[in-house]
Amino acid sequence: MSKRADKAKVVDTALEDIEIELFVRALKLRHGYDFTQYAPASLKRRVLQLAHAQHADTVSALTTRLLHEADFLPAVLEGLSVPVSEMFRDPDVFRALREQVFPVLASYPQINIWQAGCAHGQEVYSLAILLEEAGLYDRTQIYATDFNEAALKHAQEGIYPSRDAQLWSRNYLAAGGSHTLADYYSARYELIKLDQRLRRNVTFANHNLVTDEVFCEAHLVLCRNVLIYFSDPLQDRTLALFRDSLVRGGFLCLGTRESLDFAPSAADFTPVDAARRIYRLGSRGAGKD
Amino acid sequence: MAMPQAIVIGCSAGGLTALEQLFAGIDPALPQPIAVCCHTGSATVDLLCELLAKHATLPVEEARERAPMRGGVIHVAPSGYHLLVEASRRFSLSVDQRVSFARPSIDVLFESAAEAYRDTLIGIVLTGANSDGADGLVHVRQAGGLAVVQEPTDAEVATMPAAALERAGADHCLPLAAIAPLLNRLCLP
Repeated sequence: MSKRADKAKVVDTALEDIEIELFVRALKLRHGYDFTQYAPASLKRRVLQLAHAQHADTVSALTTRLLHEADFLPAVLEGLSVPVSEMFRDPDVFRALREQVFPVLASYPQINIWQAGCAHGQEVYSLAILLEEAGLYDRTQIYATDFNEAALKHAQEGIYPSRDAQLWSRNYLAAGGSHTLADYYSARYELIKLDQRLRRNVTFANHNLVTDEVFCEAHLVLCRNVLIYFSDPLQDRTLALFRDSLVRGGFLCLGTRESLDFAPSAADFTPVDAARRIYRLGSRGAGKD
Repeated sequence: MAMPQAIVIGCSAGGLTALEQLFAGIDPALPQPIAVCCHTGSATVDLLCELLAKHATLPVEEARERAPMRGGVIHVAPSGYHLLVEASRRFSLSVDQRVSFARPSIDVLFESAAEAYRDTLIGIVLTGANSDGADGLVHVRQAGGLAVVQEPTDAEVATMPAAALERAGADHCLPLAAIAPLLNRLCLP
């Protein structure tokens, strides 16, 4: 049996690649958002999805709107950022933070945590809950940053579909939570809203890892599944940014499948829990006291 | 088709048994890299890799972010992430939305691999209970690659190979037992 593929929908991928390059260049020149060092394969998927969602026949049509329509940028940034996460995603990572990192954080009179790329905020609230239960939250400041304003707004609101609550509750217990997740949200119709008291020590701020500099002096930087979208040089630059932001002996937590094999700056970090991608800034690093 | 340079495989329900049988029949001298996307629903693919390694003639490992696709190695997509092949023929991962309700998605792996390997890619769709992989196989064929689909009547669950045939067609539609011999014939110099 040998049936040919449908020829009617043949896509000229070489032409698509040119259009995407022009789109990315327009985004940088016109609006200052630099995606030129993103890993190409998933960026291409997202641009094509954006074109589809915007009913644009070609990526070039998107580029035209990007250049000429003043209010089109937020939709583009929303389409190109990655707001998908869960509360307590990879529960054993949160358990490891609680058991291996919190005891060290507890020795500081004031704790600063930077969550870089907070997207819709699920992990910010997860962290706040665990800190609260560990009795550390009142002396903690969490800086939650993202380059996408719409995502930051969403994160601040802390409203999520209630269909996610069941999984998140299981995650919370697996992470070693000592109550039930329902203690921290109110449910109404199809939505849950996280207890806004959890936000009391969170500062949400716009920060772009690609173009912005050191944001704060942190004892822990959480940046999970953000660098997977970056090219090797951008990944390395961002790790150097984290290094310069961390106090000596500060912690870095990345996504559980991230690889540091191609990042020279990784040499400044020592694994604390390699499987869960928790590292500590070694004394060789340029961290501050 | 040019001499194949890589093989991508997608499966879902019934996939473990099918992969075990397929990998047992591969010539251990096969020089191409193999990448597999199998929906498992487990938190990790540690057990899947372990079980496959018991039968496979080639080493089996979880695909690592940024690592090059290595010849003669079976790379398994990690659980919870899309696995993509960059033009540099290295792996990348994403946590973008599910595609066809799946992450990892076979479509995502196949489409990116088709762009990286063009007419030197072999795409294989095996047993499964959804239609993931069908669009991916269309991309493989449009790029000039070779499409292999397990005969639906031979598959533990026919839905996935049937959807692939319906949407993409196939250069070879074969029972599982005939797929390893085909690969050995096409892929060894």
